[in-house]
Amino acid sequence: MTKQIRQLDRVVIRFAGDSGDGMQLTGDRFTSETAQLGNDISTLPNFPAEIRAPAGTLPGVSSFQVHFADYDILTPGDAPNVLVAMNPAALKANLADLPRGADIIVNTDEFTKRNLAKVGYQTSPLDDDSLAGYVVHPVALTSMTVGALAAHQVSKKDAERSKNMFALGLLSWMYSRPYESTLRFLERKFAARPELVAANVAAFKAGWNFGETTEDFAVRYEVKPARMQPGTYRNITGNAALSLGLVAAGVRSGLPVFLGAYPITPASDILHELSKHKRFGVLTMQAEDEIAAVGAALGASYGGSLGVTTTSGPGVALKSETISLAVALELPLVIVDVQRAGPSTGMPTKTEQADLNMALYGRHGEAPVAVIAPRSPSDCFFAALEAARIALTYRTPVILLSDNYVANGSEPWLLPDVESLPDLRVEFATRPNGDDGTTFLPYLRDPETLARPWAIPGTAGLEHRIGGLEKADKTGDISYDPANHDFMVRTRAARIETIPVPDIEVEDPDGDARVLVLGWGSTYGPIGAACRGLRQRGLSIAQAHLRHLAPMPANLAEVLRSYDRVVIPEMNLGQLAHVIRARYLVDAISYNQVRGLPFTAAELETTLEEVLKNV
Amino acid sequence: MSEPVALKLTAKDFKSDQEVRWCPGCGDYAILAAIQQFMPELNIPRERTVFVSGIGCSSRFPYYMNTYGMHSIHGRAPAIATGLSVSRPDLSVWVVTGDGDALSIGGNHLIHALRRNVNLKILLFNNRIYGLTKGQYSPTSEVGKITKSTPVGSADAPFNPLSLALGAEASFVGRTIDSDRKHLQSVLRAAAEHEGSAFVEIYQNCNIFNDGAFDQLKDPSTRDDYLIRLEHGQPITFGADGRFCVVHPPGGFGLEVRETSSVRPEEIVVHDATVADPAYAFALSRLPGLDLRNTPIGVFRSVDRPSYDSVVQSQLAAARAEVSETPEQQLAGLLGSGDTWTIV
Repeated sequence: MTKQIRQLDRVVIRFAGDSGDGMQLTGDRFTSETAQLGNDISTLPNFPAEIRAPAGTLPGVSSFQVHFADYDILTPGDAPNVLVAMNPAALKANLADLPRGADIIVNTDEFTKRNLAKVGYQTSPLDDDSLAGYVVHPVALTSMTVGALAAHQVSKKDAERSKNMFALGLLSWMYSRPYESTLRFLERKFAARPELVAANVAAFKAGWNFGETTEDFAVRYEVKPARMQPGTYRNITGNAALSLGLVAAGVRSGLPVFLGAYPITPASDILHELSKHKRFGVLTMQAEDEIAAVGAALGASYGGSLGVTTTSGPGVALKSETISLAVALELPLVIVDVQRAGPSTGMPTKTEQADLNMALYGRHGEAPVAVIAPRSPSDCFFAALEAARIALTYRTPVILLSDNYVANGSEPWLLPDVESLPDLRVEFATRPNGDDGTTFLPYLRDPETLARPWAIPGTAGLEHRIGGLEKADKTGDISYDPANHDFMVRTRAARIETIPVPDIEVEDPDGDARVLVLGWGSTYGPIGAACRGLRQRGLSIAQAHLRHLAPMPANLAEVLRSYDRVVIPEMNLGQLAHVIRARYLVDAISYNQVRGLPFTAAELETTLEEVLKNV
Repeated sequence: MSEPVALKLTAKDFKSDQEVRWCPGCGDYAILAAIQQFMPELNIPRERTVFVSGIGCSSRFPYYMNTYGMHSIHGRAPAIATGLSVSRPDLSVWVVTGDGDALSIGGNHLIHALRRNVNLKILLFNNRIYGLTKGQYSPTSEVGKITKSTPVGSADAPFNPLSLALGAEASFVGRTIDSDRKHLQSVLRAAAEHEGSAFVEIYQNCNIFNDGAFDQLKDPSTRDDYLIRLEHGQPITFGADGRFCVVHPPGGFGLEVRETSSVRPEEIVVHDATVADPAYAFALSRLPGLDLRNTPIGVFRSVDRPSYDSVVQSQLAAARAEVSETPEQQLAGLLGSGDTWTIV
């Protein structure tokens, strides 16, 4: 039969199933196929902390949302146009997010009495009219997959496990995706077991062919490539981009990178990635605990490496004493906090921005550090380079605040030219710096950067001792002198406050906006999408986004005062808003959500519209 | 490596310009002097020597050594030193710590440094008390210790530092005493020559808060009968005219002390620090009684095991041996790896 082909400008698909159904992998492959086609993409994985929650239950549902379009997009999309539900739990957990009229593809094989009862369905939603507002496509995914693999030399279990490839094949057909990259991927993944390559490829093709032949899918869709800047792209997650940024910082500084880390969700992937890059001289150490991880990184920095530690909020809490030592020692150190919902264990696989206060203030004594936050998955690469630049140039700890949303989300990344990346070379101290020509003064500062010399062990003539005790200016000797302590505390504060950071840019295409929406970190996408929505409806609004949270851009005060109202949306209870109110005496409106999920553009748009109405 | 040049360093070269601020009479002075006198022997340039310490009286040590040094935070010296040592295999890294620093707040880092076999020389100054915080009991204080924080006596059993280190399978374990300079230097010499973690417990007197803790081992009238001086390859005998000895009784798990006259000579244990099974050295570490009778000093254990540093560095070297491109070329290749697409 001939299928109708319909053009769309954008689609949001959510793959949902049991934790063991391979939904993350399915979503990932679909994303890769879509990237190859040249659409703009944004993705949002959403999974439970349990590796395998009880099968078929609501807590065990894992999902992957992909938004793709023929224009540039900023978020993974608010509401899916298509839900792939591999079992009743996946349907129940996700149905509320679907707009009326959405397509639902369900695996009917899993809609058994037992599975329905597990999630509290009295009757099958496929048999009553509860799904009347949607376009439901019942597909016997499991049994058709097993049937398609009857001639293959695989166990029934392995055959059933291939059902995600059947689903991927069907969706790839439905949205006219190029599938060569998936076939190559399967060959790589199962290289050791050729029978599984064959089975998974067969399942994929069975899904594709099913779409082509069944009458249930009358329409096939196309989404044309987006108009994007010329260049070579790859799809990348925030954690991967951050890892590559650290490798790049090593190359551009000429220093070995030392990563001390302890496994913690959602930061462990950075440790995994960096452990593969030994050929760049990257040394990774899985430490015995979070404290040892940062301690070893600081020890390596002392020895002339770029010391890095990666963790999430609870780990930063444990590291705080060592970060304060690094403040006193004035050595470079990069601390990556991939934020997750807290306090305590909280919701380890869900996102939040609630570690800002800890990053800015969470240490004993006056212990200022630089703080920066990436705005998107690919921006994690540049944020890592910027963190390294500040740490190396100004000899200070820098906290990089990523979060679960940018860490696990992905987007296309225009690969930068390596030569265009910042030059991070540093000079170690090599000779005495005292007036007498023989004395070494470890706390004599560069007048411009206020950085002290980095004299690494092995340098003859510069032997010196540093430590956590207060040091006398210039000599670094132990000092209990009141005036010296006052001076050193103020100097450490000035060291951070005077780091030059780029001015904040304001996006106000209409030029007459009276309301500014200010964000930081991963909310950039949803805020940007909400602003676009308002502007498309003829409303003016300005957007500015903070990358540097300490120190803040010099022009921020002026920017804030240029608008009648400032709105600050955050995935916390108003931590940036407090800082802005305190520092700039601006009566900012704080808009907050802490649901473990990113803002949707629609809810932000509604909120901002209310503010616009009342200006 | 070229033939090492004799550096002609002296003890004076290792003295920093900082005023030493321990209490008069503290055992730390003796240890500092012994180490400053001993360091030139190693013929390691001062700039390649680093002392890292934690917090406590003993941890002030690095300030007084004219080498590189870091006085860090309580308990964390082994972790910080691990990062330094593994990333800078050209350095000689020493950790100076105390019983509270190493065994209480920093216990985790100590055992992990030892199990990894990081190339650190760890000197634990054990005075069995918290000195810098003015006299609380420590994790090596005897049960029932009456201190400011335990007015009716401490209720918890102490660690035996050597047993703990051996439980972590430390590749080098020794013990010495602050007041015996010659012995202290001989143990440090063996530690310095060891590749991997070397753990040395130094009994150190705190004359303010725990004076006389080790007097039986120092008093000329008792010391010979209390101390067992371990010598590799020698039968373990001690006391006047060797009247005591150490035997391995059949059927028992450990070692015991006997009157030498009551056993046949071949029953006397011949000390072998290279025994692979840590159980032997562990048995030695269990010999002392509560009154410090039968306290072995010397090198308990010294076995060959690849250091963490060497394994990590060889992994790095192997990975880098395959590289023929410049770092920038490598980076461009890495960034462009995986599924890419080009828009013209």
